[in-house]
Amino acid sequence: MSRTPIGMPGLRPGIGNLFAEEKFPSAARRELGNSQLRKNLKHATSTIRAKRLAVTGELPDWEELREAGSALKTSVMARLPELLEAFEANVTARGGTVHWARDADEANAIIHGLVTAQGVDEVVKVKSMATQEIGMNEYLEERGISAFETDLAELIVQLGHDKPSHILVPAIHKNRTEVRDIFLQEMPGVDPGLTDEPRRLAMAARAHLRAKFLTAKVAVSGANFGIADSGTLGVVESEGNGRMCLTLPETLITVMGIEKLLPTFSDLEVFLQLLPRSSTGERMNPYTSLWTGVTEGDGPSNFHVILLDNGRTNALADEMGRSALHCIRCSACINVCPVYERAGGHAYGSTYPGPIGAILSPLMTGIEAEENGSLPYASSLCGACYDACPVKINIPDILVHLRGKDVDAHRGGLPSELDVGLKAASWALSGGRRLAAVEKLLPLGRAAAGRDKKIKKLPGLAAGWTQSRDIPAPPAQSFRDWWAKEHKRP
Amino acid sequence: MSTREQILAAVRTALKDAPAVPDIPRKYRLDGEADAQQRIDVLVDRLEDYKAGVTVVDEDAVPATIRDLLAGAGSYVVPAGLDPAWLAWETDTSRIRYDGGAHGARSVTELDATDAVVTASAVTVAESGTIILDGSPDQGRRAISLIPDHHVCVVRSRDVTAILPEALRRLDGTKPLTMISGPSATSDIELERVEGVHGPRRLDVVIIR
Repeated sequence: MSRTPIGMPGLRPGIGNLFAEEKFPSAARRELGNSQLRKNLKHATSTIRAKRLAVTGELPDWEELREAGSALKTSVMARLPELLEAFEANVTARGGTVHWARDADEANAIIHGLVTAQGVDEVVKVKSMATQEIGMNEYLEERGISAFETDLAELIVQLGHDKPSHILVPAIHKNRTEVRDIFLQEMPGVDPGLTDEPRRLAMAARAHLRAKFLTAKVAVSGANFGIADSGTLGVVESEGNGRMCLTLPETLITVMGIEKLLPTFSDLEVFLQLLPRSSTGERMNPYTSLWTGVTEGDGPSNFHVILLDNGRTNALADEMGRSALHCIRCSACINVCPVYERAGGHAYGSTYPGPIGAILSPLMTGIEAEENGSLPYASSLCGACYDACPVKINIPDILVHLRGKDVDAHRGGLPSELDVGLKAASWALSGGRRLAAVEKLLPLGRAAAGRDKKIKKLPGLAAGWTQSRDIPAPPAQSFRDWWAKEHKRP
Repeated sequence: MSTREQILAAVRTALKDAPAVPDIPRKYRLDGEADAQQRIDVLVDRLEDYKAGVTVVDEDAVPATIRDLLAGAGSYVVPAGLDPAWLAWETDTSRIRYDGGAHGARSVTELDATDAVVTASAVTVAESGTIILDGSPDQGRRAISLIPDHHVCVVRSRDVTAILPEALRRLDGTKPLTMISGPSATSDIELERVEGVHGPRRLDVVIIR
């Protein structure tokens, strides 16, 4: 595995499920062959786009909320050291334990230690991007501990031995009939007469998980927010599986990226309006749980929070790219992206797909890691993601910035076809005489075009251009020649 | 150097360009404009949209309303601090399971075998149809309003704010807070919302005028 050499000492790139193992174009080409996938994605993303527009449009101050959200996140990044220390002090003061993990391996080892200390071999899980990113389930599985996903979509993915393909709805690539088939095949004790009606499928999940919730001793969660000035944590969800995990077990382990902090409790007034409307397109999600340390007689008595770096400081060090850390994981950018809608989430390789993933993954791992350098090109730069982002992350600008980093990373060594081409263009375009000399070759192009006056196939790197379009034959005479003839002094 | 110090050092290294801390432009609405009646109208509309049952009643009609809503329940749990007047009609007290205070805590198994729960509420946001419980004695610990499949929740109109910022100002952020916007639901299959998963599948809200 290639590792980016880091310019700044002390920073380490993220590891875990953050990598495109295959270049995006080839992964996308394979996924595009799946017409069922494209149909499912088109249906789901168009549904959610309509809902999001309706509920964001009804708030008279939506743009002002976005402005405030953006500024708050900028402020959090600038003040991160002091906010982390305050958060830690407040969690500790209220009976929680704070752990720090530099990368996925360290976080997994801490979780494993905490779970085995309780003498159990299974945990229930609230849907969490952070634990997905660090590959916690697999890590625990290898050590004899089963992690049960309790979010419906995560359960579908887990039972189907599949990978998530979306931040909000990890099973978005499956339609109802495919979900039914997975349940029939993989869910122990399921009613064999199960239909593909979403309501029936949800009921099947309820029955399947009920006993797990009521008997689990340890739960693992992520966090949508951590409040620095009180040590409060928040989880936003729909089904009640989050409330079950956060309330019933004796031990709760929360894994939170260090960028998830907000300065004060009242800042939730911005984010609890931005997040649900941007993600599920609801005025508010059904359930939000907020808890601070340990509360006697209510909820877990043993509470741990793991503050995870795993490449976040790497992203923070990039002045142009650090605003990617403002992401609140709503998935609005994914749902409006024309590239995602066709290629699907698996093409990105990383836990974080879509426009935000195309910047976040290479920022966290370094542009040279695996094939992450191909991700910033997974965009037409149409800008729909920037328009949709509730915290106004300028994703197109960061994509271009990272393309530049990718090009820089490949400088030196043998010049590529692109290098040679650009060098030649630079030479030809830097003087009139040079250009005139090149234009002498125009008849060659005409000859290549043939009788229908179209060039259908260019060689080498330029073949990509003619893959889906023809080039008209060059004119018989160049503009310069024509001008010279017309204005010939008598 | 401990892991903690290494991460904090890495954060400081990453911020060595000392980025400016911006002022936060709070030009969004901090207070709503709706009057009491409008707030209730909006709240009813939102809750019905979420497929919750809603009844708006005068204070003296609360007990009878709760009685009717619990007609099908063989048993129900109530937090120790619930207004006893709300249950004054109950003739079969064996249906009631008190939780908290001198009654102690009911086990998870017991709660799972209980059909319904009745609680009060701390604050409610009309605009988003969000009821917030803060664990006060009339709302109880979080488990009791989660495990039974039917939640009857009483909201006082004086606790209803027009928009979220007003509601958060009335809360103590360090209490265990649960925000409830309708019965449990999921959008995980084809991004279409269906009600009723792990939390209470039936939510009835009784709003006192």
